[in-house]
Amino acid sequence: MEVGAGHIELAGLVKSFDGFVNAVDGVNIKIPDGAYCCLLGPSGCGKTTILRMIAGHDDPTAGEILIGGENVVGLPPVARRTAMMFQSYALFPHLSVRDNVAFSLRVRGIHKADRNKAADAMMEKVRLSEFADRLPAQLSGGQQQRVALARAAITEPRVLLLDEPLSALDEFLRIQMRQELRQMQRDLGITFVHVTHTQLEAIALADLVVVMEKGKIRQAGPAREVYASPKDRYVAEFLGGQNVLSGQVRTVNGHHAVVAAPTGSGITVPLTPGLHVDAGDPIAIAVRRDDIEIVRPGSQPAADTVAVSSRVTAIEYQGYFVKVMLDAGSNADFVVYVSERKFFNDPVSVGEVVFATWPVEVARLLR
Amino acid sequence: MTAAQAVNVPAASTAVAAHAIAPRAGGRPWTFYVLSAVFVFYVAALYGPMICIYILSFQDVRGGLVFPMKGLSLHWFVDLFTQVRTGDVKGAFDRSVKLAVIVTIMTVVFSFLAGLAFRRRFAGDGIVFYLMIGSLVAPGLVLSLGVGLLMHFIGIEGTWYTSAVGAQLSWTLPFGVLVMFAVMSRFDRAWEEAAYDLGATRWQTIRMVVIPILAPGLVAVALFGFTLSYDEFARTLQTAGSLNTLPLEIWTMTLNVTSPSLYALGTVTTIISFLIIAICLGTIATMQKRRASRVPAH
Repeated sequence: MEVGAGHIELAGLVKSFDGFVNAVDGVNIKIPDGAYCCLLGPSGCGKTTILRMIAGHDDPTAGEILIGGENVVGLPPVARRTAMMFQSYALFPHLSVRDNVAFSLRVRGIHKADRNKAADAMMEKVRLSEFADRLPAQLSGGQQQRVALARAAITEPRVLLLDEPLSALDEFLRIQMRQELRQMQRDLGITFVHVTHTQLEAIALADLVVVMEKGKIRQAGPAREVYASPKDRYVAEFLGGQNVLSGQVRTVNGHHAVVAAPTGSGITVPLTPGLHVDAGDPIAIAVRRDDIEIVRPGSQPAADTVAVSSRVTAIEYQGYFVKVMLDAGSNADFVVYVSERKFFNDPVSVGEVVFATWPVEVARLLR
Repeated sequence: MTAAQAVNVPAASTAVAAHAIAPRAGGRPWTFYVLSAVFVFYVAALYGPMICIYILSFQDVRGGLVFPMKGLSLHWFVDLFTQVRTGDVKGAFDRSVKLAVIVTIMTVVFSFLAGLAFRRRFAGDGIVFYLMIGSLVAPGLVLSLGVGLLMHFIGIEGTWYTSAVGAQLSWTLPFGVLVMFAVMSRFDRAWEEAAYDLGATRWQTIRMVVIPILAPGLVAVALFGFTLSYDEFARTLQTAGSLNTLPLEIWTMTLNVTSPSLYALGTVTTIISFLIIAICLGTIATMQKRRASRVPAH
């Protein structure tokens, strides 16, 4: 099968540092050529290890890494045509910006005048020309990141690997540099693999979001799919934006299951195709926080909606929406995002007893 | 009375505390004066004896070994280099400098390599480390005797450029390694990985990244190596063979020279030590300045 130069395939990838615990535990994924892929997970989930194995800084214990259809395990980074951007950028502190950018040309033995010309052209591209003679320590965080990008891009890689590239920046700069990364990826037209533990960063950037836990992939797909249709409880909770309720299946009928709720008559949820449940099974349900409406007791709930009685425990103003926390879920937070206007038309207050309601069809059963 | 004291003590200590943390109100806190006195005493005890020697070395021909000062001239410095009876000062100085250079080079090379090796843990790293540091604890004279005995046993004649080098390395290497560890602790392994990622070979990485970044630290190790070797006495005593190094020469002179030319020698060696330290520190400062001032600070 013919694949693009920047197509990455990980097949049965395993990495164990001590021979007992697998930091990466059987990962299979295909990343299309020219995609922006985010590996998302908490620290210690193996995402950075995967990145380092693709880059050639760690060797897999088992499994294959194919880039552009060829197995690259054992090859040095240059032969793989990958380039890595390190977490703290790892700019050489004793070299000027120009010499940092030109470093890969210098080790290849390219003449000084030629490599400086190439470096100047690359610095022009990332708007660093005026800083050419500065040392890394004399640059801001955002400028340092651009140097790291330029230094990696000048090797003309087919895959750029980014290890938490935005974690060293402050909030404001992070959002700005996020844009620049995406722009850079479009300009270069190469595959980006970006490791992050920030959900918002992943879904804002990625074509392909890979959610990981303990060395395994929990779900991989387009950002919207992973966010809006999480497959299991872990993905739903990690990506946020969902309330996850657990309970026992009371009855199953045709298209719906009824799950026992702490209060009220039970919650009706549509069955997920391919997911078999029986009465008595413990199960989790996810409901998007922005799909829920708060209704005062007394008003008649519409047909085909679920209503859960609860008490308001806290209210946080967030600007364009208001975060209302309820005690509906017995174990976890139950949060409702109410649009600002709607909330202030009829504000509820802490301690009030209300109904959290949502149309039956928006809730999802989780594995 | 007892009760009054009991009441007064907390009040007094509060007053002192308030005084101590508010230096501007009534001048400096009393602790400042106590600590200053301790410091002045410390500095006087540290440098006083040496300064006495430097002063006494500038006497004229009537000068003796004790105060008061008799006249002011450079007579004893001239005497030092012209009189045969004072011993072979020039030869000893030559040997000491050459020995120190050999020891310095070896210290820098091995400390650097040890620093590279100890970046990550390896089997038996603790044992290797304590073996290196152990010779710091061994009494110098005993160690010197041991090296001398060993050389005799093997059947090699001990000289200042063989056995003395070994004996001095047992002193300079642990220091060099410890300094190197401190330097290495600020070295980010990601720099090496970045170099590898950009296509540099291992050797290119060492040459273009590791050594330049560590250079100021390596100069510091060299400085340690040189000064420790240059004035090492105990470890050289039994290992230098028939020809004396400078510290041994000075010691011999204290036994048979009874003129201020002994003090003049002390002054000269101190000046040389300070020159070397100044050169090293100057080098480090220049390196850092060159790095920092490629462009005017923004």
